[in-house]
Amino acid sequence: MSQKELLKVSNLKQYFPIKGGVFGRTVNNVKAVDDISFTIHEGETVSVVGESGCGKSTTGRAILKLDNPTDGTIEFDGVNLVDLNKKEMRKMRKDLQIIFQDPYASLNPRQTVRDTLNEAMEIQNVVPRKERNDRIAELMETVGLQAHQADNFPHEFSGGQRQRIGIARALSVNPKLIVCDEAVSALDVSIQAQILNLLKKFQKEMNLTYLFISHDLGVVRHISDRVIVMYLGKIVEIGDKKSIFENPQHPYTKALLSAIPVPDPDNKKERIFLQGDVPSPIDPPTGCRFHTRCPFATDRCKQETPELRSTGYMEEGHQAACHYMELIESGEHQPTRETSDIRKMAEAEPEPEQV
Amino acid sequence: MANQNIEEHSEMEIQSKEKKKVSGWRDFYRRLKKNKAALIGFYTIVFLTIVAIVGPFMTSMDPDKVDVVNRFSPPSADNWFGTDHMGRDIFTRIIHGMKYTLGIGFASVILGALMGVPLGIFAGYYGGKIDTVIMRLIDILLAFPGILLALAIVSILGGSLVNVTIAVAIYAIPGFARIVRGSTLAAKKLEYVDAIRALGASDNRIIFKHILPNVSSPVIVNATLYIASAILTAAGLSFLGMGAQPPTPEWGAMLNDGRGYIFDSSYIAFFPGVAIVIVVLAFNIFGDGLRDALDPKSRN
Repeated sequence: MSQKELLKVSNLKQYFPIKGGVFGRTVNNVKAVDDISFTIHEGETVSVVGESGCGKSTTGRAILKLDNPTDGTIEFDGVNLVDLNKKEMRKMRKDLQIIFQDPYASLNPRQTVRDTLNEAMEIQNVVPRKERNDRIAELMETVGLQAHQADNFPHEFSGGQRQRIGIARALSVNPKLIVCDEAVSALDVSIQAQILNLLKKFQKEMNLTYLFISHDLGVVRHISDRVIVMYLGKIVEIGDKKSIFENPQHPYTKALLSAIPVPDPDNKKERIFLQGDVPSPIDPPTGCRFHTRCPFATDRCKQETPELRSTGYMEEGHQAACHYMELIESGEHQPTRETSDIRKMAEAEPEPEQV
Repeated sequence: MANQNIEEHSEMEIQSKEKKKVSGWRDFYRRLKKNKAALIGFYTIVFLTIVAIVGPFMTSMDPDKVDVVNRFSPPSADNWFGTDHMGRDIFTRIIHGMKYTLGIGFASVILGALMGVPLGIFAGYYGGKIDTVIMRLIDILLAFPGILLALAIVSILGGSLVNVTIAVAIYAIPGFARIVRGSTLAAKKLEYVDAIRALGASDNRIIFKHILPNVSSPVIVNATLYIASAILTAAGLSFLGMGAQPPTPEWGAMLNDGRGYIFDSSYIAFFPGVAIVIVVLAFNIFGDGLRDALDPKSRN
């Protein structure tokens, strides 16, 4: 893997204004993404995980400038995308593509597959007109469909096939970075594996870089090189897949990972149940955003916002944002809230959270 | 994985054979057929349109020919609907008036749509200040009762059929703009629109190729329903003397002609009135049926 930085996101903020009052003033903001920074190197797969509403998809959309970021810079290949005007950005879009979650909604039902792919190539003018039909046939076969199916409409395909078409559309302009926004979440498990393998294959062949947004930790474990864990618009932990999965430092990451089911009835893994719901991103908690639900929270967490940092025993590039991670690791800092009683509560009630 | 692919393909082929493209029009007609009233409305409109086009060539009488001897003659074999206060044959005049009524209806709605649809799309697509400005202007238009607005416009422009058409068209703008704005807001959020935007498509391409088809069916339904009220408004303006000028055989104007003799020779006002009712009713029930037929929710 080359170590060239392809994408560098710095202090990205994405606020959505809430309008109110007589004159439609901005009364407040939904702070969907609040000051996050990370880099992606060429050819790697970086996953973003977190609960619903933590800002994963918003991050992906902001990078593609599908929504205009409120603040921060997005450097792609040395160019700050935030500064580009509409026209310059349109040219740039050739290098940044997206695969959507819902294969039923992401294709125009009025266009045949050929029209869809043709339009993509026409917009960016990547392939001369005469060669487009050959290229479409080639793309169809690359993604595991047959060339003659290009003249069918989306409703004539199954979900997995449609997702393949979505991938073909993204690939048609020869991008460098693809944002996979829950790209396999809507597919059933056997198809998920096919699509993931397909994505991995293309990554090798075309030296693609993926920003993989998912809530499915199993999928993330399968495909990622590095993992970003988000909670309420902030990055709480970032690191290599191995360090995140085997040596999670942030209490939230630990809770998240404990939710992965283990296919072994004898393995009674300690499941960490979190109290309450995710607070509203309109008025996020002060200090550490996780303090309202964190079993280890103290007064310090309510006041000081923890920065992403590394400790001596963590691997290179592995960072977490917690005041107490060393003390928790050494056992000196004990939970201030019970998690076992909560477990009984949680068993009585329906599952409170989806991770 | 290869096996899986073959399976997927064969499944696909069966699927595509099963529902081998029912063309859009045929599908639409199939669903419209279920609604008998709408079908009657549809055929009435078709029939009236044909009459409006070929009718004037088929009548043996001149609609404007004054026949003083034959004034106020009641319906008979010679004058099917009778004659008016100037002895003109009412049946002939109704046939000749059809083209004005339908013409104003279609022309004003098309004109209104041509202005209202772009306004709605721009407001919905660009949002922000453009949206606020356009929609407040639309609200101002909407604040006037339709006939008053049309009346005001005609008094400014002067009474003639063309000006009535323009007045009714302006009164149609708000309806189109609002409906289109709503559909555009919904269409803008579609994932495939995002996808095409991520590919770098220009605003024009997105609007005309991907958003416009999504707003077309509400526009068609609104237009059909609107023709009925456009015809009523136009007839109303002519009735008030602001539209068609004598001796034009416009139905609203004929109604006005008959107004003075309503107790002695009611047929002078009765037949033009019935004609207006039939046309308006036909467009209304057809529009209702169209709305149900084009509603994606009722699709199965």
